[in-house]
Amino acid sequence: MTARAGLEGRSTGNRALMLEEPLIFEQDAPGRSGVDFAPLTLDEDRLGGLARRAPVGLPGLSEPEVVRHFTRLSQKNYGIDSGLFPLGSCTMKHNPRLNEKLARLEGLADLHPLQPASTVQGVLELFDQLSHWLSTLTGMPALALSPGAGAHGELCGMMTIRTALEDRGDARKRVLVPESAHGTNPATAAALGYEVDALPANARGRVDSAELKARLDSDVAALMITNPSTCGLFEDEIIEIAEAVHAVGGYVYLDGANFNALVGRVRPGDLGVDAMHINLHKTFSTPHGGGGPGSGPVALTAELSPFAPFPQLVHDETGFRLVEHGPEAAKSFGRLKGFHGQTGMFIRALAYMLSHGGDGLRQVSEDAVLAANYVLARTKDSLSPAFEGGCMHECLFDDTFLEGTGVTTHDFSKALIDEGYHPMTVYFPLVVHGALLVEPTESESKASLDLFIETLRTLAAKAKAGEEALFHEAPRHAPRRRLNETRAARHPRLRWRANAQAAAAE
Amino acid sequence: MRYLPLTDADRAQMLGAIGVASIDELFADVPESARLTRPLELPDHASEIEVARAIGELARKNLGTTATPSFLGAGAYRHHIPASVDHLIQRGEFLTSYTPYQPEISQGTLQVLFEFQTQVALLTGMEVANASMYDGATACGEAVLMARRVTRRGKAVLSGTLHPHYREVVETLSRFGRTEVESLDPDIRGSEDIAARIDQETACVVLQNPGVFGGLRDLAPIAEACHAAGALLVAVVTEVVSLGALEPPGAMGADIVAGEGQSLGNPMSFGGPTVGLLACRQKHVRQMPGRLCGETVDEEGRRGFVLTLATREQHIRREKATSNICTNSGLCALAFAIHLSLLGEEGLRRLAAHNHAAALELCERLSSLEGVELVNETFFNEFTIRLPGPAAELVERLAGVGILAGVPASRLYPHHPDLAPLLLVAATELTSEAEIEALVEGLAEVLR
Repeated sequence: MTARAGLEGRSTGNRALMLEEPLIFEQDAPGRSGVDFAPLTLDEDRLGGLARRAPVGLPGLSEPEVVRHFTRLSQKNYGIDSGLFPLGSCTMKHNPRLNEKLARLEGLADLHPLQPASTVQGVLELFDQLSHWLSTLTGMPALALSPGAGAHGELCGMMTIRTALEDRGDARKRVLVPESAHGTNPATAAALGYEVDALPANARGRVDSAELKARLDSDVAALMITNPSTCGLFEDEIIEIAEAVHAVGGYVYLDGANFNALVGRVRPGDLGVDAMHINLHKTFSTPHGGGGPGSGPVALTAELSPFAPFPQLVHDETGFRLVEHGPEAAKSFGRLKGFHGQTGMFIRALAYMLSHGGDGLRQVSEDAVLAANYVLARTKDSLSPAFEGGCMHECLFDDTFLEGTGVTTHDFSKALIDEGYHPMTVYFPLVVHGALLVEPTESESKASLDLFIETLRTLAAKAKAGEEALFHEAPRHAPRRRLNETRAARHPRLRWRANAQAAAAE
Repeated sequence: MRYLPLTDADRAQMLGAIGVASIDELFADVPESARLTRPLELPDHASEIEVARAIGELARKNLGTTATPSFLGAGAYRHHIPASVDHLIQRGEFLTSYTPYQPEISQGTLQVLFEFQTQVALLTGMEVANASMYDGATACGEAVLMARRVTRRGKAVLSGTLHPHYREVVETLSRFGRTEVESLDPDIRGSEDIAARIDQETACVVLQNPGVFGGLRDLAPIAEACHAAGALLVAVVTEVVSLGALEPPGAMGADIVAGEGQSLGNPMSFGGPTVGLLACRQKHVRQMPGRLCGETVDEEGRRGFVLTLATREQHIRREKATSNICTNSGLCALAFAIHLSLLGEEGLRRLAAHNHAAALELCERLSSLEGVELVNETFFNEFTIRLPGPAAELVERLAGVGILAGVPASRLYPHHPDLAPLLLVAATELTSEAEIEALVEGLAEVLR
C-alpha cells in the first residue's frame, strides 16, 4: 500500500493498543470506494456547462479501511465513557444510550423540516412537551427552542432583550458582565453592539453588588450573570441584584450553563431572571460529541416572549403548527437559525428528563452538588480552594498549593492525564490565579470519586515533595506528548496537501 | 434511578465527610424565598421501556420519509447514510468526548477535524475551512460578518437565489451588528443583475448555487465584478452533494463559501442538528470565526494536531472575538467526514451523477403532465415547477395520500403571492422509479 511506504524499514510507531494512524489522504488507492454505486454515463445533462472540470482530490478507500481508520482515531480520545471527566463548567455527565436510540427512530430522524404540519404533529408535540418540562423547571413561561448551542442561546436571549427595549423606544448602550463570566457573554454583548462593562468580584467570589449598583443607570440594557457562577458559587444576592437591575429598567440575562446545579431545587424565574439559555448538552446530557452539536433553548418571561425568534410553536384547534413569519408574531426579532432548531437534541433531552422524572432531576442536582463538595472537603488541606466555604456543582482551586514547587497548573493538569483522567478546566475563570475548576457530576460512584481524590492528593504531595520532573514531562503515556502550540499558530497548517513541502513554502 | 451510582449509604457518608447534616445545608446560599420545598408538577422517573414507548408514540404520529415517496429539498435532503457512519459516530470516545482542549488525549477528534477541514476545502475549491458552524444558515450569517471585517465595509447584497432562511439569519445578525443588507427579490430564473448592485460600500455579494429554486449559475462573472469593486463574493451551497458534479465555488472565484453539510452523513432530523461549512482564502483566515485545527509536532517530533489561532475566539478575546461561537457541530462533522471518506473521489462523483440522473428522470416525467410547467433551464437534483393552482394545497392533498410532493414556495415566501403556484421538487439516489411513478400519478390525479 503506497500510503505506508514511508514506514518501510522502520518500526510502526505503534504501542500495542495505541496504534499510529496516517491521515485518510495518505491511504489513497484511486478508484476504490466504500460505497457501491453503479457507474453512470448521462447522455445529456442540465448542468448548464458548469460540470466539474477537475477532480475533487478525495482519497479512495474501501469500507474496512475506513472503519479501521476511524476506530483507531477514536482510541486516541478520552470520553465520559472512558472515565471521570471533571471538566468544570462543561458538565461531562453520562450520556444514556437510550437517548441515542430514540433520536434515530423512523418518524423522527427521517423527518424533513418543511413537511406539511399535518404530517409532523408528533414531533411538534415533542417540542411542546420539551417546552413544558423546561418551563416547569425554570419557572419561566415561554421557550425559544431554535438556538444551536449555548452561545447561540445567548445571542437569542440578548436579541430578545434588545428588541424589547427598542420596542419601548429605549435603546440602551451597556451590558454588565462579571469578570468571571464565560468568554461567550462579552462576545455576545459585543456582537449586539453593546459596550461591555466588566464587573469585579468581591472577596467572597460573588458579584460585588455595591459596585454593580454604582454602575447601574438608565443606559444599562442588561446584566448577564451566571448562577451558580463559574467559580461554582451561588450568587446569594441574586434577588436583590435582579431587583436593582429592574429598577433602572434593565433586564437580567442568566447564562444557564450551570443550571445542572439547580434543577428541581431552584427555579431561575423565582430569582428575577428575565431570559436564560439552557445547554441541553450540559444539564440534560445530550452528548458533547467532541465539540457539538449543542442545543441552547432560551426560557423567557411572558413580557419578553412576543419578541422571541421564529419559529414560534402554536397549539390551536387545528393542532400544533410553527409560526415562521410575520405578521402573526409581529414583534419577533426574526430568524436565528435555519429551520427549527436541534430536534435530534430535543429528543435526547426529553428522553433524559422522562427517564429521571421530576424526582430524579432533583436528585441529579443534589448528587452533583454533593459530589463537588465531597471532592472539595477531602482535598482542601492538600490543594488550595479559591474561596472559603462550600460550593455548588463544581469546586474551584487556585495555584497557591503549587507555589514554590516549580509546577504550574498546566503541569498539574497534564500529570492527571498520565493517571488516566481528563484534566479539570484550567486557567478559567480568569478571576482566580492558575485556576483549577473541578466538576465531578452526579455520574460518578463514591469509589470513583475516592480514587480521583486520592490521585489529586498524591499528585499535590508529589509536587510539594519536589518531584518536578514528573509534572514537566507529563503526559508521558498519552498517544502524544505535549504538542507545540506555538508552532501551530506561527506556521498554520490547517489542511493536508498532496505536496507538503510546497504547502510549507506558502 | 439507573443513571445515578450513589447509594443512600454513600450519600450519608459523603455528607459526613463534608461535615453537614443534610443536603439542604449545601444549598444554604439560595435565598429562602427561592428554595423549592414541594415537588414540581412533573411525572416521576420512568424505565427504559416506558420512555421508549412514550417517544415511540410521538414518532408514530409523524409521516417519516423513509418509507414515503418524498421530494422535499430546499436545504435539507434525504440521502442514504452508509451503515458504518452511524456505527462509528456512536463509539463512546467520539460521542462522549469534549471540545479537544487537551490535545494529548484528543488526537482522535483533532485528526478528524483536520481531515474534515481538508475535505471541505477540497470540495469547495477553497484554501482553508474551519471545524464547522451550527448549520448552513448561521455559516452564511457569519460569512457576511466576516466579509465586513475583511473589507471594512458595511453593506451586503443578498441574491434572490439565496434560501430565505439564510437570508433571514443574515438580516437578523446584520441588524444587530449594524451591517446594511440589500436583499434582492426572489430570483426564479437566475436572471437578476446582481453585479449592478455592487458599489464602493459593498462588503460582499451573497449568491447561492444551486439556487434555492434549483437553478445553476456561473459565479465567475459575478466574482470578477465583486473583485473589481473591492468586494468579496460569498458563495452558498445548501446541497453539498452537488459539488461532486459541479464546478466548485472556489474555481469560479468565490472568496468565502458557506454551506450546509447535512447531505453527507447526517439525517435530516427535522432540520437539526446538521453541520455548517465555512471555507475561505488563506489570506482571510484570521478573520474567520470558529474553531480551527492545525498540524504541529509533539515533544518527540511526532505529528499531532491542536486547536489553533484561538486569538480570534471568544474564550481568549472575549468582547473582541470574531464571533461568540463556542460549541459547534463536532459529531455532525465527524459523520460528514466518515461518509465522504467512504465515498472517496469515485463514490462522490457517482453519487452526484445518480442524483442528477434521478432529477432528470423526475423532470421529464413531471414536465409531461398537463398543467405542469418546468421553471428551470438548469438544475442539479432539485428544480421548480409551476402548477395551475396554489402548490401548498396540492401538497396537502398529496400528503393525505402518503406522498410528500415537495416544498411549496409559499412556505418560504408567504409574502409573495405570485410564487404560490411554484413547487420545489428534489430527487436523490434514494428516489426510486416507484416513488416517481407515485408522484406523477398522484399529481395527475389532483390536477384532474
